[in-house]
Amino acid sequence: MKVQRKTLSLAEKLYLPAIFKGLKITLRHMFKKKATMQYPEEHWVVPEGYRGAPYLVRDQHGRTKCVSCQLCEFVCPPKAIKITPPGPQVNPNVGNVEKEPKEFEIDMLRCIFCGYCQEVCPEEAIFLMQDYSLTGESRKEMVYDKEKLLALGGVHNDPIEKWKRKEMEAREQGVG
Amino acid sequence: MDLVSTMVKISGVVGVLLLVVAYMVLAERRISAWAQDRMGPNRVGPWGLIQPIADGLKFLLKEDFTPNYVKQPFFWIAPAITIVPALMVFAVLPFGSFLGSQKMVIADLNIGVLYTFGIVSLGVYGIVLAGYAANSKYPFLGGIRSSAQIISYEIAMGMSVVPIFMLIGEPGLLKSLGGEGGAWAKFLAGTEGLNFSRVVAYQAESLFNWLIFKQPLAFLIFLVAAFAETNRLPFDLPEAETELVAGYHTEYSSMKFALFFLAEYANMIAASGLLVTLFLGGWSLPFLGLDDPATSVLGGVLHILIFMAKVFAVMFLFIWVRWTLPRFRYDQLMQLGWKRFVPLALANIVITAFVLWTVAGGQA
Ligand code: SF4
Ligand code: SF4
Repeated sequence: MKVQRKTLSLAEKLYLPAIFKGLKITLRHMFKKKATMQYPEEHWVVPEGYRGAPYLVRDQHGRTKCVSCQLCEFVCPPKAIKITPPGPQVNPNVGNVEKEPKEFEIDMLRCIFCGYCQEVCPEEAIFLMQDYSLTGESRKEMVYDKEKLLALGGVHNDPIEKWKRKEMEAREQGVG
Repeated sequence: MDLVSTMVKISGVVGVLLLVVAYMVLAERRISAWAQDRMGPNRVGPWGLIQPIADGLKFLLKEDFTPNYVKQPFFWIAPAITIVPALMVFAVLPFGSFLGSQKMVIADLNIGVLYTFGIVSLGVYGIVLAGYAANSKYPFLGGIRSSAQIISYEIAMGMSVVPIFMLIGEPGLLKSLGGEGGAWAKFLAGTEGLNFSRVVAYQAESLFNWLIFKQPLAFLIFLVAAFAETNRLPFDLPEAETELVAGYHTEYSSMKFALFFLAEYANMIAASGLLVTLFLGGWSLPFLGLDDPATSVLGGVLHILIFMAKVFAVMFLFIWVRWTLPRFRYDQLMQLGWKRFVPLALANIVITAFVLWTVAGGQA
């Protein structure tokens, strides 16, 4: 096959006009707003639904929503979650409603931010939030324990509050 | 006394030169970043101004690795051979008029331009030697390419400046500049034909005497040849990363690599200095009384600053072009050099000669 080649005009052959055009473009870019983000000072605003680090949440009454069902521990693909259930004793602060984990650890070095734990949780107790740059000086520091997870997770409004009703019922029956 | 003043001038020029080289690297990085909508290094010190020192420290502290298959003596001497000519070009460039009674040029050679071309072509030995000594294929190819490129473009470059010296060789140059006893007479005392001071003198009077306007073709050829001689994009084939890793300095590390790096920038500054002196009026400005050699210290300092400002402007052009144009193919480079620029430069010489002959009234 014969490749068709366009015959060039004199200006194109001289090559100089093209160079000036190019120079004009780069010059224009020099004065444009820069795309760089000054990272430690500026932070990226993550979009809605971003899957960052998983944290535990409390409801508006300060109750730890997690009931220590261990479903997330089971589903977590890299086995980043380790839950220690409380055993049979009753927590007097919340009444005989539901247990909460004695210890809840997520190894952020193992977590792959897949979101399965959030998806599987029957209590809406764990959420992937917006944190994307977790730092620590040792591996141990990167294992977040329950206090830290709850502190970082904050409050998640629970419109149903089923455990409040259960707690009231239990109090009325004198089991609480 | 003469020796002392020369030593002072040399140390001054070399000091400023090395400082400018260091900051050129920063400027290159910042400007390239701007052209790509980035910020560039801005963390070390205000606006990144301490960055060159950090870079230098890094080079000093890195391991100076010598592969054991290289030809050691050549491997070691090549960086030095590269950087020395780059610094020596400045010896003949008038970077100012007078400071006190001192003429601001290190060596006022009457063969100025020949000296420059001689020294510039020495620079290629370092590169070839580096490529040869590394005993590995990429540096070798880089060295070969570099020598071919520099030798080819030197011809076009040399011929492009011939018309300039035909113009300034006109008799009566001094007379048009105020005659005997004036500041110019003192400045040009003892100079002849190929001296750079005369080039500046020729251009000082008015903007239209600048040789960029009188010899635009020569300027263009010289400019492009300067890009080729300094191995800058779009002609940086000796170190074409995609094909040759890093070209002739692939096997170098630490301060030896830094010397090549600095030599490249020093060459660039030298080429800019030459360009400014030959085509852009040197240290003079055709207004505000800055066109005559300075009689006061302030004027002398101003002239030096003007020269530096012009050099910086040309260097900005170098950087700007680098981040605009893609690299040429090797055959295109050679074609441009031999088939376009050499004939053009020759034609330019003939035309200039013809015009001068006509103006002189057609007499021999
Ligand atoms: S996001 Fe995925 S990997 Fe991370 S803790 Fe939850 S289930 Fe495990
Ligand atoms: S976070 Fe949710 S899924 Fe995991 S143990 Fe607690 S309640 Fe169960």
